Amino acid sequence: MLEFLQQPMPWYVAGPLIGLMVPLLLLLDNRQFGISSAYRHMCAAVLPKGKFSFFSYDWKAQRWNLVFVLGIVIGGYLASLTTPEGYATAISEQTKLALGEWGITNFSGLIPAEIFNLSFLATPAGVAIMVVGGFFIGFGARYGGGCTSGHAISGLSNLQLPSLIAVVGFFAGGLLMTYFILPLILN
Amino acid sequence: MKYLLPGIFFGFVAVKSEVVSWFRIQEMFHFDSIHMYGIIGLAVLVGMISLQLIKRFQLKDLSGAPISVADKDMTPKRYIIGGSIFGLGWALVGACPGPMYALVGDGYWMMLVPMFFAFLGTMTYGMIREKLPH
Repeated sequence: MLEFLQQPMPWYVAGPLIGLMVPLLLLLDNRQFGISSAYRHMCAAVLPKGKFSFFSYDWKAQRWNLVFVLGIVIGGYLASLTTPEGYATAISEQTKLALGEWGITNFSGLIPAEIFNLSFLATPAGVAIMVVGGFFIGFGARYGGGCTSGHAISGLSNLQLPSLIAVVGFFAGGLLMTYFILPLILN
Repeated sequence: MKYLLPGIFFGFVAVKSEVVSWFRIQEMFHFDSIHMYGIIGLAVLVGMISLQLIKRFQLKDLSGAPISVADKDMTPKRYIIGGSIFGLGWALVGACPGPMYALVGDGYWMMLVPMFFAFLGTMTYGMIREKLPH
């Protein structure tokens, strides 16, 4: 059993399982699969009521979303118990070559050790990636009304044209970053 | 609390399938593998079929209330601008919001940094949204 759990999950198994989140959350209590809103509820919880209309609502009525993201953290922890020794993400050779040009040659684990560490955070590139990147994710998700889960999965599942526009935006921004900006940051 | 279990399930699957991996996101934006596209594509397909079934059979949720999914407002500007800003961040951090939580659970503590700034980004948006085109 442990040996089976230690294997990475193939994409054709993971895709349908993630898709099942949509009906599961609806059937439980008519909730829509979406994750980035949790940050809004956290803001609403800590900011004084009535000061900003965007954060003045009954966030406790949306508590399920905070419980859900807590579950995601626990799920990540449980998955860590099944990570085999010397685990590396098995990406394609072409990507490894492309990342090599950015000085990333260590593919062990799920994220590059060269980038996600405290001393890199103290460099301009580290600030761009972890600080500016995080800020854009939170700002852009609310501005665009959702993230990958809310638009790409929930929205597209419900054939929403606004979600398709948002997803095109996700990729426009992502490709611009990958091909034009990230090479400048990492070189 | 009934939403804890679906969250655990999602977090576990997201880590085991490497959806949360920075490397996989880079591979996706380089169009070098079907991995991420296959996952998103199949997730949408399964979500779409399930939603059709829920609507066709007018299924009720656990409390017996009818299930309804509201349409999103057609205000293109915000989706184009906000979506693109999100995309820039997605490629920078190499993870979207859900995976960041899963990565922290998986022991990648450094993800708390982009998460904190995502929180601040959300707060900033909420404070200046009246001044932004939507």
